[in-house]
Amino acid sequence: MQFGVFSVSDITRDPVSGRTPSEAERIDAIVRIAQKTEEAGLDVFAIGEHHNPPFFSSSPTTLLSFIAARTEKLIVTTSTTLITTNDPVRIAEEYAMLQHLSKGRTDLMLGRGNTAPVYPWFGQDIRQGLPLALENYNLLHRLWREDVVDWEGRFRTPLQGFTSIPRPLDDVPPFVWHGSIRTPEIAEQAAYYGDGFFANNIFWPKEHYMRLIQFYRQRYAHYGHGTEKQAIVGLGGQAYLARRSQDAVREFRPYFDEAPVYGHGPSMEDFMKMTPLSVGSPQEVIDKTLTFREHFGDYQRQLFLMDHAGLPLKTVLNQLDLLGEEVVPTLRRELAAKRDPEVPDAPTHATLVTAKYGDRAPRQPRPNANRGDNVTGSSPYQDTDTKDANA
Amino acid sequence: MNANGSGPLSLVVVTAGTGDPSSTRMLADRTAQRVSGLAGRRGHEVRVRVVDLRRLATEITTALVSQLTGPNLQDAIAALAGADGIVAATPVYKAGASGLFTSFFQVLDNDLLIAKPVVLTATAGTARHALVVDDQLRSLFAYLRAAAVPTSLFAAPEDWADPAFDKRIERAAFELVLFMESGFARQIKDESWHSYQHEFGSAGGTETGIDLDTDLMRLAAGGGEPAK
Repeated sequence: MQFGVFSVSDITRDPVSGRTPSEAERIDAIVRIAQKTEEAGLDVFAIGEHHNPPFFSSSPTTLLSFIAARTEKLIVTTSTTLITTNDPVRIAEEYAMLQHLSKGRTDLMLGRGNTAPVYPWFGQDIRQGLPLALENYNLLHRLWREDVVDWEGRFRTPLQGFTSIPRPLDDVPPFVWHGSIRTPEIAEQAAYYGDGFFANNIFWPKEHYMRLIQFYRQRYAHYGHGTEKQAIVGLGGQAYLARRSQDAVREFRPYFDEAPVYGHGPSMEDFMKMTPLSVGSPQEVIDKTLTFREHFGDYQRQLFLMDHAGLPLKTVLNQLDLLGEEVVPTLRRELAAKRDPEVPDAPTHATLVTAKYGDRAPRQPRPNANRGDNVTGSSPYQDTDTKDANA
Repeated sequence: MNANGSGPLSLVVVTAGTGDPSSTRMLADRTAQRVSGLAGRRGHEVRVRVVDLRRLATEITTALVSQLTGPNLQDAIAALAGADGIVAATPVYKAGASGLFTSFFQVLDNDLLIAKPVVLTATAGTARHALVVDDQLRSLFAYLRAAAVPTSLFAAPEDWADPAFDKRIERAAFELVLFMESGFARQIKDESWHSYQHEFGSAGGTETGIDLDTDLMRLAAGGGEPAK
């Protein structure tokens, strides 16, 4: 079971101090938060992608490679990378580079993005958002698995004899999670490829996600990747902790009341009742998080939203200490004890390498010298045999 | 007997009246009673459920701003999902239906009321608001693809004691009863539901299964073979 933190990179006025941090402060803070995520014994740090204020995260691979350089074990990933408005060729290149630099501590979560004006900024049409996402991922999947790709589709210029460089580390692509909260086609695509499925599990009552995750599990089994319970599921969640429940409620309420998305709406108590938000003592957060397994089945990744709504850095770091010391160890123990022995862990680079190569040495593609182009000849790489053509 | 041949017909009254007593509620109740009476004479038992929007007011505004549907609102949605017929009643304010009324219908899924028969009713302090029912309510329910019955009901103060108004209530109620006993909405749901647009998880969770035989589903599965 992997535990981690995901951030949407919002820059929000602190409703208690009245102060809004600068972009520079928030960017420095997020690096500190990611480092703290590792120090606190968690496994994953994920950052969203946005292209408009009040967010700062437009360049996730730049940020994540810096974080990877400052950490040892942390898996760095996104929540989400926009598979609609990014060119899939750029995604293939940038995340393969991040994967090399982080020595395999990279995976990728894909989403369509819900900010309508972003589409035209990048030359795309939001009315085509879903087919765009599906087609772009079909291409991305091939770019990471085939050294030379010929491709033609609706939304992008055709590719002839194209090689996406660098090839993935050890010729094993980063594991991909597909994020969705209401689109069966995205769950179907995750199931078809045997990829992971992630439900952000923040705003809506659980019944909504339960139906979609069940559909993903059924289709994962249908496509022969394993049984329904072996499908790879990730969930979000959000928590605010204090040693005493009433302190947590008192401290978090002003941030809840003004939070983007749900602020000025439901009461915190109603929101806690109806969504995965936990505000309370470590034991209360543990108890609530354990209910996720009851609703969704055994799952492999739990990400918490911890740094939003204007919470000051010091508070976020304290929250991560509490999460790492008081909550996650108990959750790891309890979930391991309850877990069906057939359910696998979330794939990591190491397990994917073992699955592909067993005891053999992984392939390290070496380009042919002075070839000049990818269009002529058989392969741009020296090892031209077919053992790796596993598309 | 309902259109399935078993059990009572379900009539849901949605009222945005806020006074106590509320003239809007009075008109809605009078209409519902007439529906029950007429249906009873034709051999149908009618169960009436009243959704009082005043009690849902904070959950409706919460749903408008945060996508969160409170338990009472969920309960109302479930009632509407199972309704064979609806009486919708609003007061008229500032030349339009009450914001509470329109907000409620705006947070419902687009397919919740498909083909459901509805009597549109409104009350106002002056007859100058008379066209609000047919001008605004009818277009709202047309968007929701509900089946508004031909006769709408509008009551200005002078209408309450007018025998002609009582005749209009009778007419609207009878139109609704005929729709309800025909099972029109249920037949659409059973035989033609797939031909309407739906979103995943909509229609109060009563949507039919996911269609795998679409171009998008084939694209999701690598763009190759049809998904079985």
